Amino acid sequence: MRPAQWLLAAAFAVAASSQPVLAQDLRWNDVVAKARGQTVNFNAWAGDEKTNAFIQWVGEEVAKRYGVKVNHVKLKDTAEAVTRVVAERAAGRDAGGTVDLVWINGPNFLALKEQRLLYGPFTRTLPNYARVDTTNLRSNVIDFTIPVDGMESPWRRAQIVFVYDGQRVQAPPRSVPDLLRWAKEHPGRLTHPSVRNFLGATFMKQALYELAPDPAVLQRPATDDNFAAVTAPLWAWYDALRPVLWRQGRQFPENGPAQRQLMNDGEIDMMISFNPSEAAVSISAGLLPDTVRTFVFARGTIGNTSFVAIPYNAANKEGAMVVADFLLDPATQARAQDYREMGNFTVLDFAKLTSAERAKFDALPKSAALPTNAQLGTILLEPHPSWMTRIASEWEKRYMK
Amino acid sequence: MGEAVHEVTAPAANRLLRAMPALTVGVFLLPIAAGLAGTLLPAFGYLPAIGGTAFNLDGFRRLVDYPGFATSVAVTLGTGIATALLAVTIACGFCAYAHDRPWMRRLSAMLAPILSTPHSAIAIGLAFLIAPSGWIVRAVSPWLTGWSLPPDIATVGDAAGLALILGLLLKEVPYLVLMIAGALNQVPAREHVAVARALGYSRAEAWVKVVLPQIYPQIRLPIYAVIAFSLSVVDVALILGPTNPPTLAVLAVRWFTDADIGYYYQAAAAATLLLALVAGVVAAWYGMERVAIGAGRRWIARGRRGGAVSGGAVAAMLAFCVVFAASAFALAGMGLWSFAAQWRFPDTLPHAWSLANWTRRLDGLAGPALTTLAVGVLATGIALVLVLGCLENESRGLRRAGRRALWLLYVPLLVPQVAFLFGAQVLLVRLGFDGALAAVVWAHLVFVLPYLFLSLADPWRAFDPRYARSAAGLGASPARVFFTVKLPILLRPVLIACAVAFAVSVGQYLATLFAGNGRVATLTTEAVTLAAGADRRVIGAYAVAQALFPLLAYAAAVAVPAVLYANRRGMGGRA
Repeated sequence: MRPAQWLLAAAFAVAASSQPVLAQDLRWNDVVAKARGQTVNFNAWAGDEKTNAFIQWVGEEVAKRYGVKVNHVKLKDTAEAVTRVVAERAAGRDAGGTVDLVWINGPNFLALKEQRLLYGPFTRTLPNYARVDTTNLRSNVIDFTIPVDGMESPWRRAQIVFVYDGQRVQAPPRSVPDLLRWAKEHPGRLTHPSVRNFLGATFMKQALYELAPDPAVLQRPATDDNFAAVTAPLWAWYDALRPVLWRQGRQFPENGPAQRQLMNDGEIDMMISFNPSEAAVSISAGLLPDTVRTFVFARGTIGNTSFVAIPYNAANKEGAMVVADFLLDPATQARAQDYREMGNFTVLDFAKLTSAERAKFDALPKSAALPTNAQLGTILLEPHPSWMTRIASEWEKRYMK
Repeated sequence: MGEAVHEVTAPAANRLLRAMPALTVGVFLLPIAAGLAGTLLPAFGYLPAIGGTAFNLDGFRRLVDYPGFATSVAVTLGTGIATALLAVTIACGFCAYAHDRPWMRRLSAMLAPILSTPHSAIAIGLAFLIAPSGWIVRAVSPWLTGWSLPPDIATVGDAAGLALILGLLLKEVPYLVLMIAGALNQVPAREHVAVARALGYSRAEAWVKVVLPQIYPQIRLPIYAVIAFSLSVVDVALILGPTNPPTLAVLAVRWFTDADIGYYYQAAAAATLLLALVAGVVAAWYGMERVAIGAGRRWIARGRRGGAVSGGAVAAMLAFCVVFAASAFALAGMGLWSFAAQWRFPDTLPHAWSLANWTRRLDGLAGPALTTLAVGVLATGIALVLVLGCLENESRGLRRAGRRALWLLYVPLLVPQVAFLFGAQVLLVRLGFDGALAAVVWAHLVFVLPYLFLSLADPWRAFDPRYARSAAGLGASPARVFFTVKLPILLRPVLIACAVAFAVSVGQYLATLFAGNGRVATLTTEAVTLAAGADRRVIGAYAVAQALFPLLAYAAAVAVPAVLYANRRGMGGRA
């Protein structure tokens, strides 16, 4: 060894001993080392091309940086992955499971967490988790009123907005009763996804938030005692709305993208979406006319967070954690927020970022169809999942013959 | 020298041949038995993995209590029975009209792209064609209709299931026509029709009275498969069928995949009920056949000429044209979408064009395409060996035990797919075999094998044994008769059966998803997954890619015998 190298090695030794090495860092280094060479089966809903492309990019990046391969297992419904983990448990496969990482939230998370089918808590081990906004964005730590407890790691945010065709709708409604008035004036030009779909159910929940006598009750599980009274105004409102919906409220698009296709086909004039960038994203993808704009209700709209979780029997837990951490990297988050990529608002806290990291967000392209944070207004917390389940089955009882 | 080899290997080969039926049955009986157990037991409350240890009827009770239950059963039966009746009527009527017309052969080659395209892709194409904002309305708006906005009428997903029936006919009619065309090779149809026409019957009358009774036994099982499929289809029903409530099969899949595992009981109950409905309708159809045979005999014996048959055949021909045109435009629409950048109502053609739907997706297409090809070829190859083994074994007079066992082959076509998926998945996981390509091939084999058998068994059994006897009389060993006489003569039906089998493999969605544990991606799983995302430009690209593989297989099935036996009309050549 030449003297220069000796010197370098000595310098490193000094630096290493002078810095307090956190147990967490040590563990993280172990994780990264073990992760190298693993292939992570990332189970994620694949109904959105932009998100698929983003996941593919994530795979390329973690392969380059960490030697971790990502296999995007494309799901039609996240419940498929839940079913798979349950089937593996039923078959006694408690290790070497086939689901390493799953994009999840709300009821699916509750199902896995309640049945103790998740690995964790693991988020504290992820270095980038320290930058997550855990104070202002409550949905990052409370998933549909369920405490996250480090069993899933946030990666993107969603908030209810409405997308409308600016050429056909002059003054968009600003409240739930106002929406009914508009629909009556324009019969057949509004719909919502099927209530079985999370977005369709969210349409009902959003209405309930504004119509319920006391919305605070929605943060607790629905009970046989309170459900009828709390939802009575909702059904009165919906009974008036349904006949003036698209197809007289007898038919509904299966999901959000199908609803967007109706909008692009000119069958409806406005639609609900869970992505504030929906209008900008869809214009740039040629999926909606460039006259579409975004609005929210004056009293706020429901927002939630998308997470990734690791099943208890995952074969490649370390690789899965590396991917979860990479998703929280400020550069990854900025790319995710770019409406030309996915347009999902970040889960990070700007106050916890360096100015260089913040600059990545400031440099993102602007669009007239993109709402500002101020325009998005108040974010309402998701009600307890039991409300959604009960509303969906009550809806079927009332409107399915 | 060839004979010497045969003599040496004959005992071993015979033993293998005799084991074929048992082997064939074993290949697919296990997943089906496990799958059925995994459906029937939970339907009656037994599923220890989630705490169900006592037998009860709660699953059925919850099924019946489901708000739209009665409507769902009614629409399932209505669409299933209507599809089967219409498909058989149109296919037979059309074949009667088209019999021995010069364009018929060219037409059956043109049926290939329609038959080979996965149901889901064609259903999406049809949905675009007939929607209020779809291609037909776009073509005549606003200049003719005055509509600057699409009308608010349910033409897709209507409560009566008319769009679903049409969507199923698009595939079932060509399938039956092709099966009839295959069966026709086994009877001297042309000669019989010529004789009947000389006796004063019209072409269609002659076909219905003389040919149909001869070929019906050969198309009976394809018809039963059509009945079972129409009653239990999932993907087409999702795209075109009623939604509020949907058909029973869609309900069952929805509950099977619900995050709340508690729905498994009523899902299993729905699948069990569907199984009973399929059995009931097939039995009723069989009963109807008995009645029709008696009535048909008297009708034929009366010997009247110039009845309503000719008019009916013309109507069937027109219906066939509608079906054919709808399929062609459904596919063409998807093809256009795959090159569209923007295509909005009421533009008749895309407003802006782009190659990006293809270029940007080439990487993504290559992997699934290769998997599709590998699984399809492997499943078809294995199935062909097994089916030929069974049939040869049967024709060598060892049929007693074998034939009855082979009836089990039809179980996967009569048992709704949804009924044995979860059970089969649990079995694969238990064996540590899930997610492997081999597991997917096996799962495909369960469906490919019966379709191949269904397509091939009747032409094979109708093979004139005098050819074989003549060859044997000339000193040829059974193996030599098989390879140099039977196979060449039956090459056309063999290849058509392989093409059908390959197309069946390409189109498999649920089987791939469950056996592959979601990790084996084929063109179809990718396309159906994307169909939930509803970007027609992308779906268009996948639909075209999906159609390409089986299309080539069909082209080969028609072209190879035509080229090989260009000088033998009866064996597929044109001369």
